Amino acid sequence: MSDRSLQDDAARAHYVATFASLGRGDGGGWLGSLRQEAIERFAELGFPSRRLEEWRYTNVAPIAKLAFIPASGTGDPGALDMEALALPDFGGTRLVFVDGLFAEHASRLSDDPALEFQSLAQSSSQADRVQGSSLAHYGTLVEAKDDGFAALNTAFATDGAVLTLTRGRALAGPLQIVFISSGGPAAPADGENQPGASFPRVLIVAEPGSEGVIVQDHISLAAGTSLSCAVSEIVLEEDASLKMILMQRESDATYHIARQRVRQQRNSRFSLHSLNLGGAILRNELDVVLADEGAACELDGLYLGRDRQLVDNHTLVDHAMPRCQSRQLYKGILADRSRGVFRGRVIVRPNAQHTAAEQQNRNLLLSRGAEVDTKPQLEIYADDVKCNHGSSIGQLDEEALFFLRSRGLDESVARALLTTGFAAQITESIGSESIRDWATAVVGARLETLFNPGESP
Amino acid sequence: MLEIKDLHANAGDTPILKGVNLHIRPGEVHAIMGPNGSGKSTLANLIAGRPGFEKTRGTILYQGKDLEDMAPEIRAREGIFVAFQYPVEIPGVKNNYFLKASVNAMRVHRGESELDAMDFLAVCKEKMALVEMPQDLMGRSINEGFSGGEKKRNEILQMLLLEPKLCILDETDSGLDIDAMRLVSKGVNSLRSPDRALLVITHYQRLLDYIVPDFIHVMSEGRIVKSGGKELALELEDKGYGWIEQEGGSATP
Repeated sequence: MSDRSLQDDAARAHYVATFASLGRGDGGGWLGSLRQEAIERFAELGFPSRRLEEWRYTNVAPIAKLAFIPASGTGDPGALDMEALALPDFGGTRLVFVDGLFAEHASRLSDDPALEFQSLAQSSSQADRVQGSSLAHYGTLVEAKDDGFAALNTAFATDGAVLTLTRGRALAGPLQIVFISSGGPAAPADGENQPGASFPRVLIVAEPGSEGVIVQDHISLAAGTSLSCAVSEIVLEEDASLKMILMQRESDATYHIARQRVRQQRNSRFSLHSLNLGGAILRNELDVVLADEGAACELDGLYLGRDRQLVDNHTLVDHAMPRCQSRQLYKGILADRSRGVFRGRVIVRPNAQHTAAEQQNRNLLLSRGAEVDTKPQLEIYADDVKCNHGSSIGQLDEEALFFLRSRGLDESVARALLTTGFAAQITESIGSESIRDWATAVVGARLETLFNPGESP
Repeated sequence: MLEIKDLHANAGDTPILKGVNLHIRPGEVHAIMGPNGSGKSTLANLIAGRPGFEKTRGTILYQGKDLEDMAPEIRAREGIFVAFQYPVEIPGVKNNYFLKASVNAMRVHRGESELDAMDFLAVCKEKMALVEMPQDLMGRSINEGFSGGEKKRNEILQMLLLEPKLCILDETDSGLDIDAMRLVSKGVNSLRSPDRALLVITHYQRLLDYIVPDFIHVMSEGRIVKSGGKELALELEDKGYGWIEQEGGSATP
């Protein structure tokens, strides 16, 4: 283990030095001091080791040993070929971030009265946070002390989306947030091609009675190695309703480590479709706190792995108050020698009577070399509750396969159809038709590369 | 069209069929009756090529070709269709999408052009009307949440769309009420033609009031122990299977 701690020391030193050389703690203000605290925290924590229960199945040493430096967009805004990205158009506001930095020229703002948007860079120019503003929540749901990645994001994020869904209003159309990873720093230091990192940051505050659909889409410009270290903080006030579709489809060489925390107030509704299309390591840590009575969340996840990818989902649903509901369905499809990890915890606190919680994890292994570690976990401290959970790991249903073949379909076509069907159970519950069709097509295209293990590189 | 000689077969490790002989010509409708466990469904599954059913002796020739080495999808494309006793539910795979893929697999095999969505819909609507299949079942996952009767009608709809040469109904009447049985029979009868053969496997005589066979075979303990015309069904209805089994038993001491 000693060589690893040496490596870890080197990693800490690298980011502390990078932070200093970029002057990320300078300029003062509340954000500057938050960043300064965060890098100090990172220096203490370093990257999480597998000795931590939360990281038992995911070894981040490959990330620790690469000295990433913050990528700074494409430099020239005109260099971003939006046409080539073929982004879907849902007709609403579109916010584009390149390497975590707001790209206004590539965005489409609107005067939807249901939405207030400020980039973090704009809002951080104010020396103090206005009490009661959305920004007051920044760094309070996900804190730098939580773990090394949360600290790293907080230290290096200089921009991001700060969104308020205004009281009692519904968004005119789906809000689209696109995070584009350029794959490298604009100017390689020392002429060396160091891999670039971006630090996507999102803060959403849904005010009482507000309603909206948000599509958060992560894509890559280049195929090279990069790190996306993302943090999202989401607050749903009383009676707010938010539907999120999270699409993670960066390059195969991307390390994507995301932390999302949601806090729900009375009678609020949150739904998430988390579509994880792969990456060298793709990790999502999602916590939902049902903080007041009558709150409900529905979490649907689909993770795909190929080659030697690792896709890891950790969820935690905290039933802190009575009469809340949660439902989770995560499905994994793993090909080649890829690995999936699902760890889902549901905690029902002692006073959280009349809780209804369901959690299911289903995995489909397409090859002998693929693996899944699944661990659904219920911790129930109240007695009048309705909870169930389950998990499965398996291959395609032989009966169904035979049936399709008996109707004339080739075995490979039948396998593809069944696998697509397995995935479709997640995408078909997306409410908006245009988003559902888009998500189904993107997932379908990726699935095609999983069907024939021999053909992928 | 179908020639079965001295067929012995296992379901899993259990010997079920113990010397079946059966000859079906184009245009004929045959029925196989018999008590539970006599081997009727094993025969259907063996012809369809279902994994887990293994021939140990004898031959099954279909249009002069041995089925032994033919994959299930090739058998289907060559015109064999089995309406299964327990239609499988396939969550996530839409009925209409599957049916179109299936129809087009057949068309490609026959050297015809694939149907596009519009043409398929037109053909499909016509066949659906025949078995009074509710429109909304098309957009749903295959058999998911279908009633017993709807599942069986879905099987018949597939048969109508795929236009097979040899149609085998494996206890399609089980669990159907009289109205559903009428619909299913109407669909099946619409397929009767001089170049198509039907094999109806059933436990009860009542289906044969609607689909009138040319020949009836009685199966018992893995063999066909008696064959006759459609009047045999009435005799079975009167006397049950007991007398046949006794007769069969005495014929092969």
